[in-house]
Amino acid sequence: MTLPSQAFQDDSLDFKELKFFPDLPKRYKIDSVFKFASWAAVVIALSVLSILLIEVAIDGLSMINWQFLTSYPSRKPADAGILSPIVGTIWVMVLVALFSFPIGVGAGIFLEEFIADSFLENVIEVNIANLAAVPSIIYGLLGLQVFVRWLFPLTQGRTIISGALTLTLLVLPIIIIATREALRAVPGSMRQAGFALGATRWQVVRDIVFPQALPGILTGTILALSRGIGETAPLITIGALTYVAFLPPLSLEGLHSTFSVLPIQIFNWVSRPQQEFHLLAAGAIIVLMVLLLAMNGIAIYLRNRFQITR
Amino acid sequence: MTNRSFFPPMADDSLWQPNRGISRLVQRVIVVLFAIFALISVATTCGIVLSLIFETIEFFKKVPLWRFLTDNQWTPLFSNPQYGIFVLISATFLTSVIAILVALPLGLFSAVCLSEYAPAGVRKWLKPALELLAGVPTVVYGYFALLLVTPLIRSFAPWISGFNGLSAGLVLGISITPLIAALSEDAIYAVPNSLRQGSYALGATKRETIVGVVLPAALSGIVASIILAVSRAVGETMIVAIAAGQNPTLGLNPFVPIATMTAYIVQVSLGDTPAGSLAYTSIFAVGTTLFLITLALNIVSFWFVRRFQEKYE
Repeated sequence: MTLPSQAFQDDSLDFKELKFFPDLPKRYKIDSVFKFASWAAVVIALSVLSILLIEVAIDGLSMINWQFLTSYPSRKPADAGILSPIVGTIWVMVLVALFSFPIGVGAGIFLEEFIADSFLENVIEVNIANLAAVPSIIYGLLGLQVFVRWLFPLTQGRTIISGALTLTLLVLPIIIIATREALRAVPGSMRQAGFALGATRWQVVRDIVFPQALPGILTGTILALSRGIGETAPLITIGALTYVAFLPPLSLEGLHSTFSVLPIQIFNWVSRPQQEFHLLAAGAIIVLMVLLLAMNGIAIYLRNRFQITR
Repeated sequence: MTNRSFFPPMADDSLWQPNRGISRLVQRVIVVLFAIFALISVATTCGIVLSLIFETIEFFKKVPLWRFLTDNQWTPLFSNPQYGIFVLISATFLTSVIAILVALPLGLFSAVCLSEYAPAGVRKWLKPALELLAGVPTVVYGYFALLLVTPLIRSFAPWISGFNGLSAGLVLGISITPLIAALSEDAIYAVPNSLRQGSYALGATKRETIVGVVLPAALSGIVASIILAVSRAVGETMIVAIAAGQNPTLGLNPFVPIATMTAYIVQVSLGDTPAGSLAYTSIFAVGTTLFLITLALNIVSFWFVRRFQEKYE
């Protein structure tokens, strides 16, 4: 037979720890220390990051001029510019957007609207969550093996198209996840209204759900692309060059051109011992950050508009 | 005017074309197409696993597994090659630990501040700012680490090497802080207010409520964000490749040049390595090791979230 007191002791609650702690001023003092610590963390994190960004802006701003933006990289710091990396970045990003937007949105629509709550959806969902956590350099190894070597006849090796396909695989999970969240935010009653009018499921998605979810999808896509723009490691792994003194021709031939992108050029310049190249790197970082800020600004604008209209 | 004009004229049958056949066909085509798109993600996973396994097997045909695990140097490119993977793992471990020591307190306290202390107006600005900082390319952080943080550290301790694990780890920590802060904040913010009010009603102060009620309620989300940040730190490439050096050293000394797993892959990729050579297969062996480590972290995270997730109505 168990006594009530024994029953209490079996309980996981430890009454010694739950002892009433009457010293209220002391508790408030600890409280204010805690509050101070949490504000300090925010201030430290943000100020360290902004000091770093301001420092690079000071270093690089003197580099930004027309000559810097329109010259090719060079061994002589005074002549060096970032024309070919900028053009390479634009090529890669346009291609990644062209590949990843339809595929990512299509996959998201399929998972969310056509096979929601099925076994297959579960499998693909776990798979996508896993992919999103794979380090980017592993995607580089994938691209090196699959696109550069196994698909050599199609891609001609270490070319723009190989880089774009590698980055497409890298950003796809992010776009799919964003698409699904945007679709999930569309109320079910709108779908049912569509069905009531006799539309097929695809017609409902195309004409009712997708337009509603589009701002959210675009936000997610832009954020994913801005992650892709900054990626360096996978492109180094598949063998993008660090010195490119020509522009790819503006045709399908351009797809099979070797290339460089801004982050790789930055990496190359940072790795050199001479101070002049570090300044060039700072200048290129400013260009890259302006590009990213512009993309993020568009994404945030879209999201805010979206939230107001809902 | 008669009542009849209220009714539309009898519909012309030719106007009503319930072309369900074509609609259904279009839908079927679309579904198949989108299914293929969705399966691309599965194909990506298979591609990663296959390409890693393929070259890793080639590597282990030439290098026995026990040497991979027991050698105490990593010099596959030298004439007297050694293949001790733990040399690279120790460097990755060192930079990741330093990073977490920086990012964990900063990120968690920031998350608590944003969710619990910051006024709504401040939070509205700080949250996007954090997300923006989480998107700064890592090559930029590499620049910070090598050209700003390392000189700063060396001005205090000139005996530290120009490439070192310490400044790489510190900057790595700064770079993953926004990630921990943003994701943990989501989890903490999602804890229903009734729990906080219940705790206040029992006489707890704000800190006691946060530490005793809110954080435990958000535990699964917080731990998931930390594990994601750890796997980001382990797989992070550019910061360590730029600032930590390329010099494989066994040990946990943060003041000397080291080479992490990712830095080694970059180092080999920068050189023109012919496919099939030992150097080429070795980056896949290192990549497989890295993949297995992040996969293990991911599985722990999945398990933890499933085990400890709290659902509130």
